[in-house]
Amino acid sequence: MNERSSVSIYTEWDVVAARQLGRDEAKAVGFGTVDQARITTAISELARNIYLYAGTGEIEIERLHDGKRTGLKIIASDDGPGIQDVRRVMEDGFTTSGGLGAGMPGVQRLVDEFKIETEIGKGTKITAVKWLR
Amino acid sequence: MERLKQQYRELLEQYLASQDEKVLYFAQQFSRKFIEQEVAPEDLVHLHKDAISTLFPEAPEAFKLSYDFLIEMMIHYGLALREHQSMIKKREELQMEIEIAANMQDTLIKTTLPVMEELDIGYVSEPAKKMSGDYIYFTPHSDRKVSVAVADVIGKGIPAALCMSTIKFGMDSLSEEQSSPHDVLSIINRLVEKSIDDSMFISMYYGMYDESTSIFTYGSAGHEPALLYRAATDSFHYLESKGLLLGVKQDVQYEEQQVKLEAGDFIAIMTDGVTEIRTSEGFLDEAIIQSYLRQWKDESAQQMSDQLYHALAQLQDFKLHDDFTVAILKKRTEGLSVGE
Repeated sequence: MNERSSVSIYTEWDVVAARQLGRDEAKAVGFGTVDQARITTAISELARNIYLYAGTGEIEIERLHDGKRTGLKIIASDDGPGIQDVRRVMEDGFTTSGGLGAGMPGVQRLVDEFKIETEIGKGTKITAVKWLR
Repeated sequence: MERLKQQYRELLEQYLASQDEKVLYFAQQFSRKFIEQEVAPEDLVHLHKDAISTLFPEAPEAFKLSYDFLIEMMIHYGLALREHQSMIKKREELQMEIEIAANMQDTLIKTTLPVMEELDIGYVSEPAKKMSGDYIYFTPHSDRKVSVAVADVIGKGIPAALCMSTIKFGMDSLSEEQSSPHDVLSIINRLVEKSIDDSMFISMYYGMYDESTSIFTYGSAGHEPALLYRAATDSFHYLESKGLLLGVKQDVQYEEQQVKLEAGDFIAIMTDGVTEIRTSEGFLDEAIIQSYLRQWKDESAQQMSDQLYHALAQLQDFKLHDDFTVAILKKRTEGLSVGE
């Protein structure tokens, strides 16, 4: 049974709450300082995107054990407008040039696995996994 | 990583003990190794924190915590670095693609200079960037005739080059009967109007020289007038002809003009990359082109073209602001002798 916890995103302060949850979980699972910082930054970016573009949504964090490895799964989901052009969003320099943060390519680089599911008018679900080395 | 950790600690220890410049020099070399192995800045801070904790186990907790703060600060620097590296790689791929496209274009627009008995022909066509929006093509016809087409896509680089290939395929599809300036310009105009975006403009100059009569028949689609040099009077004249730029309207009638060449006369057909020379002091007076051409009037058409290109490129410090194309058609003072 995998343990799961979540934070709902309504205000910018909830971004901080999501970070805190992520850091506590990362620490508990056994990630080192640098990876804790990476996981927290990834969560921070995902939560902030929900706050900025979808308005409300949720960050879920799940501990993973697949027999050999231990890790954390982060799921960021919202019922927002969806992403029009995913390829563009995944391009380097697309969001960073506007000063919006690390952008999706940045989040992808901070983790080991990354997946975007999005539907126009329905919302977006981003799943990121980081394994303990 | 373990090995790097140990080496880093040793170097740091040496530096703390001696503050020796030599150690810093080693550190500089060492940092390159870090970059090679793609060690992120946040990892480096962590390495430093580890080394400090080992060397000074009694250091105050706040001191160590400050490194955690620094690690957080470095995460985005690390991302920026990796983004930068990936964009450099992408740029290399793009440059490679452009290189290949430029080679393809070279093959596409290759033109051979026809050797004529009476007419001496020379040309230079140089792109400002990797790819050219200028087009120049010579076609030998039967009955001692030769035609020359010079087109200029407004703008430069890849979009202009793509546009230019339309002209090339249009010209290739013309039949032997469709060789008068009027016919050629209206056919190409229709093609351009159909296949090219409204925001692109193309000017074109087309002329046909008939050796049996020494008459040059020409037409222009909004192109700069060609320059005619009269040897007898040592004077320059513009060969103007009215006509709309290509692609503006579906059906356009293009005027045709004629001029008879005498021995020693020459015609220079140019694109605006030649006539609108920009130097650090502003646009150059077009009279400079005439004075250059007059100075080299007794040389071969090719030498004249080459020298004009070099002189004007030099005036611009060899930075072309626009694609540069010049064609020179000169009536020889004597017929072409064997071996020339």
